[in-house]
Amino acid sequence: MAFLLLLLAGPALAVTSPADMLPDAAQEERARTLGREIRCMVCQNQSIEDSEVGLARDLRLLVRERISAGDSDAQVKDFLHARYGDFVLLRPPFAWNTLILWATPLVALLVGFGLILLARRGTAGIAPPAPLSAEEQRRLAEIEAALKLKDGTKA
Amino acid sequence: MTPTSRRLLLAAPFAIAAAGGVGFYTALQRQRSGAYNPRGVPSALLGQAPPAFSLPPLPESGVEAFGAEDLRGLGRPVLVNFWASWCVPCIIEHPQLMKLSREGVPVFGIAYKDKAPDSLQFIRRHGNPFHRLAQDVPGRVAIDWGVYGVPESYLLDSQGIIRWRYAGPITDEVLEQDLRILLRRHA
Repeated sequence: MAFLLLLLAGPALAVTSPADMLPDAAQEERARTLGREIRCMVCQNQSIEDSEVGLARDLRLLVRERISAGDSDAQVKDFLHARYGDFVLLRPPFAWNTLILWATPLVALLVGFGLILLARRGTAGIAPPAPLSAEEQRRLAEIEAALKLKDGTKA
Repeated sequence: MTPTSRRLLLAAPFAIAAAGGVGFYTALQRQRSGAYNPRGVPSALLGQAPPAFSLPPLPESGVEAFGAEDLRGLGRPVLVNFWASWCVPCIIEHPQLMKLSREGVPVFGIAYKDKAPDSLQFIRRHGNPFHRLAQDVPGRVAIDWGVYGVPESYLLDSQGIIRWRYAGPITDEVLEQDLRILLRRHA
């Protein structure tokens, strides 16, 4: 239970110490939003806003420094992307080398549809048999009559 | 369903499990030997010259500091190594750096976020493999290189272009299996 509460409280716990925050509340908010999209390269599954690692703090300060210097969000991201590559962005960019990553859900969906179509075609192959012709009807009557005879002998 | 396809379907889960097992086994083996680093990330600076920087020397080390200009056009490959005295894997890596240095490969060191007396004590105790040694106390130059931990090493070719980055200690396996070949390739 305590663990669950901790999980729920997770996003609210910012690690930025008050001394590191920007005096301008709007800029600080921008820095936080941006920081949540920057991967902590050390812990790898946390953003720099969530991590207490030294490098994450350095990057938080760097983001704040760039923002107070007047950089746009895109410029700050480009700055980090130029140094750390795609991996630093928690939301990877759409590019040729990330195509597989982005296209996988679509490919999976198409494969699924393909499989459904194939399966349907499989059942379509077991269509109801064609009705019996007059000749076949006559032959059937013969067979059934013979069966009755056999039953009769058994009984 | 034909008997063959039924048999294939039956065998499929076992085949998938076996393939997974082989995959995990090789990954673990390669991890142990240092050939595979699951936390390794390709550097964004591959194929580029290092960023502009100049750093102060480590006082009392008697080794000259260096900046971006000193890495340009050395005419031979150079290994730039980010390290720190507080970094335990750096101790594992150190003998390999000493070996390279003895063989005449230029090894340039950057002490990352370290106190000068501690860095000095480290190279006095374990030996100094660095032909040039600089200090990056704030760690900002390291960020410009895309460093995300120590030790981290960059191999620059004879033209001063970054060709290889290794995040983690250069073990003897990494040295023999990767670095030596790359040193010859970029000579």
